[in-house]
This record gives sequence, C-alpha cells and structure tokens, in this order.
Amino acid sequence: MSQIHVTTTINGDATEFLCEPEETLLDVLRDRLGLTGSKEGCGTGDCGACSVTVDGRLVCSCLMLGAEAQGARVETIEGMADGDDLHPLQQTFLDHAGLQCGICTPGILVAAKSLLERNPAPSEEEVRYWLAGNLCRCTGYDKIVRAVMAAADDMRRAS
Amino acid sequence: MVKVRLWGSLAEMTDGRTEVEVEAGTLRELLDALARDHPGLKPQLDRGVSVSIDGRVYNDAWFTPIAPDSEVVLLRRLKGG
Amino acid sequence: MALDDRDTATKLDFKVVGTRPPRPDGIDKVTGRARFGADMTAPGMLTGRVLRSPHPHARIRSIDASKAEALPGVKAVVTRADFPAEVPEDVADVLDNCMAGDKALYDGHAVAAVAANSAAVARKALKLIEVDYEPLPHVTDVDAAMAPDAPVLHEAGGDETVPEGHSRNVMSRVQFGHGDIDAGLAQADRVIERSYRTAATHQGYIEPHACLASAGPDGQADLWCCTQGQYMVRDTCAAILGLSQGQLRVTASEIGGGFGGKTTVFLEPVALALSRKAGRPVKMVMSRAEVLRASGPTSSSSVDVRLGMTRDGRITAGFAELRYQGGAYPGSPVDMGSMSAFAPYDLENVRTVGWDVVTNRPKAAAYRAPGAPMAAFAVESAIDELSKELGLDPLDVRLKNAAREGTKASYGPTFPAIGLEATLEAARAHPHWSAPLGENQGRGVACGFWFNFGGNTCVSLNVAPDGTVTLSEGNPDIGGSRASMTMMAAEELGIPYDRVRTVITDTGSLGVNDVTDGSRVTFAVGLATIEAARAAKREMCRRAAMIWGIDEEAVVWEDGAARPSGPNAGEHPPMSLAEIAAIAPNTGGPIAGHHEVNAEGAGVSFATHMVDTEVDRDTGAVKILRYTVFQDAGKAVHPDYVEGQFQGGAAQGIGWALNEEYIYGDDGVLQNPGFLDYRVPVASDLPMIEPVILEIPNPGHPYGVRGVGETSIVPPLAAIANAVSAAAGVRMTQLPMSPPRVLAAIHGADDG
Repeated sequence: MSQIHVTTTINGDATEFLCEPEETLLDVLRDRLGLTGSKEGCGTGDCGACSVTVDGRLVCSCLMLGAEAQGARVETIEGMADGDDLHPLQQTFLDHAGLQCGICTPGILVAAKSLLERNPAPSEEEVRYWLAGNLCRCTGYDKIVRAVMAAADDMRRAS
Repeated sequence: MVKVRLWGSLAEMTDGRTEVEVEAGTLRELLDALARDHPGLKPQLDRGVSVSIDGRVYNDAWFTPIAPDSEVVLLRRLKGG
Repeated sequence: MALDDRDTATKLDFKVVGTRPPRPDGIDKVTGRARFGADMTAPGMLTGRVLRSPHPHARIRSIDASKAEALPGVKAVVTRADFPAEVPEDVADVLDNCMAGDKALYDGHAVAAVAANSAAVARKALKLIEVDYEPLPHVTDVDAAMAPDAPVLHEAGGDETVPEGHSRNVMSRVQFGHGDIDAGLAQADRVIERSYRTAATHQGYIEPHACLASAGPDGQADLWCCTQGQYMVRDTCAAILGLSQGQLRVTASEIGGGFGGKTTVFLEPVALALSRKAGRPVKMVMSRAEVLRASGPTSSSSVDVRLGMTRDGRITAGFAELRYQGGAYPGSPVDMGSMSAFAPYDLENVRTVGWDVVTNRPKAAAYRAPGAPMAAFAVESAIDELSKELGLDPLDVRLKNAAREGTKASYGPTFPAIGLEATLEAARAHPHWSAPLGENQGRGVACGFWFNFGGNTCVSLNVAPDGTVTLSEGNPDIGGSRASMTMMAAEELGIPYDRVRTVITDTGSLGVNDVTDGSRVTFAVGLATIEAARAAKREMCRRAAMIWGIDEEAVVWEDGAARPSGPNAGEHPPMSLAEIAAIAPNTGGPIAGHHEVNAEGAGVSFATHMVDTEVDRDTGAVKILRYTVFQDAGKAVHPDYVEGQFQGGAAQGIGWALNEEYIYGDDGVLQNPGFLDYRVPVASDLPMIEPVILEIPNPGHPYGVRGVGETSIVPPLAAIANAVSAAAGVRMTQLPMSPPRVLAAIHGADDG
C-alpha cells in the first residue's frame, strides 16, 4: 500500500505529509505532525473534541481523511493564540473558569471561534445550539456559555 | 469497656447482638478485640471496615484513642468516586 | 492522626482563599499544550490493541494466536497465560477484568491483546486471533440475576452474609438501621410502598483510557497514564504482574475527566505485559466503544421503599431494600447506597437492606458518590409523593425531618455540626421557590448526602533561592485542584498566589497518596499543604532567630515575613521569605516543609437541589427550565471551581435522570456503545445552573474546608423525577425518563 503525499496549510504554515489512504485528518495531526491539541473523544463525530476548521468550515477532524486536506487551509487549537497573545476566547475561558479537566476545551474553543466569526453577537440560545456538537462532561456548560458570551462582548468592544 | 454498635447484618455473626462491648483504648485494640471476642466478624474485618468514633470516620489510624464513653460505630469500608 | 492534634481554629481573615485567580494549568489547556493520556510518545513505541469477547458469557476453550504472531509487524501477543497464575486476592478480580481467564463474562471482556508497529497492523492481527468460545446462558438484569434459576457467573457464589436459598449471583447482603419499622409504620397516618428502577450509566469522561508503558527484563518499568491515582495504578499493576512497587514508576498525565471511572485499571497491566514481552514501549488507547463496553459504568438498580408519615409531615418509619448489579464481579456500591439512603433525615425507625448482585455486564466502577444517587432517587421520590398526598410542602417536610447536630444517622453514628438545614432554609428563601410555573411545568426538590473522605496524603513544599515556592503533591488535578492548593500554600505563607507553583509528581517523588476520590483532595491535600507550609514557616522563623541571635520562640510569621515578637525579642526589621531563602545556604541549607498524614475525620456533606421542568405531552420530551443547587462547601477555596462542581454534578444527574442508559439486547450485547446513542447532555439541553454556596465550616480542617465534588450528583435524579411527575401529572418511578417512557406514562395515566 503506498502512502499519499499531501500539501496543505496548517495554522498558516505550508505543510507536507505522507499518510495512508484510510488515515483521518485527526490521526495525521496528532500522530504525524505532533499537533496533539485536537483530541479524540469518540472517533465518530459525536463529541467535537477534535474540532478544527478546514477552509473556514468547522469539522470534526476524525470524520475527514488526511488526504482530503490536500490544498486546504486547516486551523487547529495550536494556531488560535497569536504568539503569546491569547485569543479573546482563550482569555475569557480562563477568566470565567470555562474548563475543569480541559479535554474538551480545544474543540470547544475552535468551535466557539467559528461561531463568533459568523455571528459576533450570539444569544445564549445560539451559543448553546452552536456548541451542541461539543460534549463537556465536567462543567454543565454554564461557565463555558458565559465565557463565549463574554468573549463576544470583548471582541465587539475591541472592533 | 467500649460499646461498639454493629450494622444490622453483622448481628447475624454475633448471635443477634447489634451492640457488643470490648476492652480497647485505641482503634487497633478495638479491631483486635473484635476479631478475638467475636470470630464471626473476622471475614468482614479482614475485608476492611471504617469506624466512626464520636461522629468522625476513621479507616486505618490504629492509635486513634477511644474513651470508654466514646460512641463507636462499625461501618462498611467507605469508598468514593 | 487524631483530629485534636490539629490547629482546628478556623481561620476567617483570608487574603487568597475565597478569591478567583486564574488556574495555573490554564494556559496549557486553552492552547492545546497540556498533555493528556493519549498525547505521550516514546522512541520505538508500538501500538497495543485489545481483542474483546463478542459474547456476554462464554467459556474460553482455547486461544490460538499463531497466525497473529506470524503477521509482519506484530511484536507481541498476550493472553491470560502471560500473567501470573496466582495473584493477591485483592487484585484477582481486577486482573480477570483486564484479561479474561476461563470465561468471558460480558460483551467487550478482553481476551487477548497485541502490540504491533502500527495501528493498522494491530487491527489486522486481532482478526487473526482464533478464540474457541463455548457460549453460555447470560443475564444482564439485576432482578433476573437474583432468580433461583438464573445463569450463574461464579460457581463459588456469595460470601457468608448471603442467606441460604439465594442465587449464587448474590454476592453479599448488608443491613443498616435502628428502631422498629412495623411499629413506626403503625404510627403513620399514611404509608406509601413503591418500587423504583434506574439504568446503568457511564461516567462519560470525554478522554478515553490511555497509557504508555515501558517495561524491561530487569524488572524496572515506567508507565504514563490518565488516572485518578498513580499510586493505585502502581500498586495494582505491581501486584498483578509480580513487579516490585519501587521499580514501577507511574506518572499521571493530565486527566480528561474521571468521576470515579479512573480509580481502577483496565489497559495498564496489559500494556506493561505487552511491553515486557515485546521489549519496546507500548501505547494503548481505548476507543469510545471500548470505554462504554469494557470500562466501569455504575450499577443499575431496583429499589423498594416503604415510608410512613403523620398528617403533619413527620416521617415515622423508612425502609428500603436495594438491589444493585455491579457487573461481572462483586463490589457494586449497594453498601454505600444503603448507608446513605435515609442519611439526610432524623428517623426513629429506619432500615435498609442491600443486595450486591453480579450480571453479565462490565464490572462497575465508582461513579461520583457511588451508590448514593439511586438510593436518594427512591427515598426522595417517596417522600415527595407522600408529602403531596398529605397536602404538605415538600421543603417543610424535609426541614421537619432534617438531620442536624446530634441526630443519630441512619447508618449509625451521631452527626456533628452539619449543613442540611442551611441548604433547605436557603432553598425556601430563594426566589426560585416562589417563581410562577406555566402549563405542563413542574417543580421538584430533593436532598442528598455524601460521606467525603480524607486518606493517605504526602506533600512537599520547597522554597527556591529567589523566594518562589514549589508545592509537590501526588493527586491528579481533575477540576482545578492545583489552583486550590496553590491558594492555600500562598495563604499560609503570606505570599502572592503567583509566587507558588503546584506540580503533581510521579510515584517516585513522594510517599503514597490515595486516589483522587471521595471528594478528598481539597480537604486532605489542602490540609497537608497547610501543614507543610507551617513546617516551612517554622524553619524560616528558626533561621531568622539564628541571624538575630534570639530564641526561636521569639519569632513569629506574619504577612510573609519572620518578625521578632515578645518582650525579649529586641528590635529587628522583618525578614521576608525571599530574604530568608536567599541566604539559606548560610543558615543551614535548603528550606522545605513536608507533611505526611492519613487524614481522617472529613466532614459529611449535604445538598438540596431545586429544578423546574416542562413536559411536552405530545412527544414525552422533558425540558429543564431552571436549576438551582444549594450545597455546603465548608469553605469555598476557589469559588469558581466549587460552583463548577455543583453545576457539573447537576448536569450529570440530569443526563442520568432523562437520557443516559445502558441498553442490552436479548443477546446480552450492549446496543448503544457510542455517544450518538448513549446520549449525555449537550449545551442546548441545559439552562444556566445557579450555584448557591453555603459555608458551614468543617471543624476537621484548618480553613473549614469540606469536599464538594460528589454530593452534587446525589439529589438531581429525584429532584428531576419529582419535577417531571408534577409536570406530567403522573408519578415517574423508572429512570431514565426518556421521551418514550414519559409518553407511555402520560398515556397510561390518561387511559387509567
């Protein structure tokens, strides 16, 4: 079985990798590129811990093949902060204790960023439905939703 | 002598008594005396118990003092999540 | 350690404790840098995979792995034959659960494992292992397993507590209580008798079990894994594999949720065995289906309650018979359920009987206040129903019967100062209680109790030459405990929060620390942290006394500095921690404080939950409209994370009450081993959950801290059942209250 050569952009960096045809994008990110911030909670697209954006679209990287990243622009949690400047969402998650164990946090941050890019002033209900594909077992979502709303406020004020 | 209250099903191992008296000044002496004087309790003691002394629960601390008028209650070994 | 030896004077003037600083591991966790169980790699690492039984109950006649071993890339295959034939009794069931012996006892039971140079090869190798099974009759329901003719899992049967004539699947029986139930019931104006059932649920941590093992022929081994207790992993694996504890070093990774489910081992001994056989490091990660099929869920339960009440709301007698199945091995938490069922109440006549039953399901593991939520569901439902029948306010009834200081608890001891009444009073005074309800809406309340533990704890606090401090502790941080420890150390030393860093060490660096369980960490590790800081302060006072040439007794520690004190101390400017640290080499060497303790005397904890629900009469769907948690925290060290525990426990309880359920087919196979069909609450299912923190100091802790992690999952099942019953107009006695079940109950009531 021959491997597939893929050229892509990850967090703004031109990246090349070889992968097996059946390898998921999540496997490639974690096992070939060392980007272990995306987590595998289920492998079936139900928990959202592996959320990344591909050409601006929010996807579960466990449901996409690595080979499908050819020519695409992939953004992961590792690209969310700008150097040592945290993204406003990252900051509000810290300020509002929007994480307990932290395993779902990367996926939720990626998903929330994708929401705020589309809807800079979401209602609580819109936040809850947008994040319905990202499971968190620790927090009951209360502080997560508050953190997302607070980040939206901060970003609107800054712009 | 210290009065030790047993949980209900342990009474089957002590001829129906839900309270027994043993000579003990510490938790270790208490556990030893129970095993010696009431061999029916031995299997349960070997599996491990917790002991409430005056409302506080102890598992292992052998040298916890017990006064003659202390309230002593044998409990199933507590386990948490 | 006896409690009276401690400085139990509760400190009230806190500077750091009670504030909400950012957690020390926060940046790592919002940037993806934190390393969890599956994030570790080692040079030359192999991938391990487990072959699992497709049968719920089968004799394993033989296993032929020769074809798998011959597959290029396969470096080792292990079966039970690769583990010692004899292991200590207390780990025998753990080993059998990690790798089946003569019989596979449930769908998903591990029967063999391979290590290969890629995941693809490992997967292929599993298919080449030939297992000759003799399928046996199976049983997955607790009541069916107790029937005299039920298929038997273990020929030896139960222990000496099981009366004769019972199924050999009954492993033990417990009974608690005092008084005379019949006499108590005779005094009642009304008696209720009901049966309740709850489904098995899984802890549902988002991070699957994962580990990386490296074992050599010299008996040394290293293990990296996600666990609630690295010492438990070390001691269990050492016992199973015949290693010495000192030669096995276990490092706990960041942990992606546990809730009790990571208080035992599943993959770890297998990975060590594979690594030892292959001579290479082996990494193993469970799939979600494996987590659900083969790691520990909680028990399903079947509970009968008899309760008597006078017209004015006094409970005259309470009886409960609890039957919990704990999966394929003894050890369901029915004893904890039996002890906690009536614990919130001051009852003259109370008795509980508990039956521990085995079935062809995965071995139950601890789940947050193990055993208590199902018991509370039954008892709190019965109290609610009886209150309503007598036209009484359910909060008034609970207050009238509430346990308080001096109450003889239903499980035996007399309670010291406790906070149940405070949570009930707070609930009654809260605007939630008097808020209006609409059509098809209902409100429910329920109380809950949990014991809380202390346990073995060892911490070390080291002062660096620049005056910063490292606190080393041995308990994995599941929900922000590093922040709490850092705060308590800073508080005690009188230095800023950001001058302290708390790290969680491997098993080689500190003495034994019990598992992060029983809501013990903030209490017990916090206590040890405070004592270690006090030891360091005493040492720093001694150093200052040397410099000033005065008695040690004439030096006190205040606001982060040693100060002369008393008539003969003389005039000396204070020496700060940093000043003393800088010259430590000149005054006797490094400055550190240690504390080792088996912390006993943790304070029990109570909560009252209040919830509003709306029932869709066309679909049976239940919506949670409003939820408020009232709980005693003793002293909230970091209120954000106390609130988080309250909210998280409530959310897990909501899932247990409404949706979550292990569903077995007639074939004994788990039908829903994935998050699509095993549905945990998602963000759009829930409202905000309001946490109300009450602080009734625990006299057993220097700052008054009580554990808070577990109690919050005890009341929700009953509180929601009471609310749904009110909204639907029909009493719900079985969980989960999924839409089909609620709809059927509504139709049944309409027809009836």
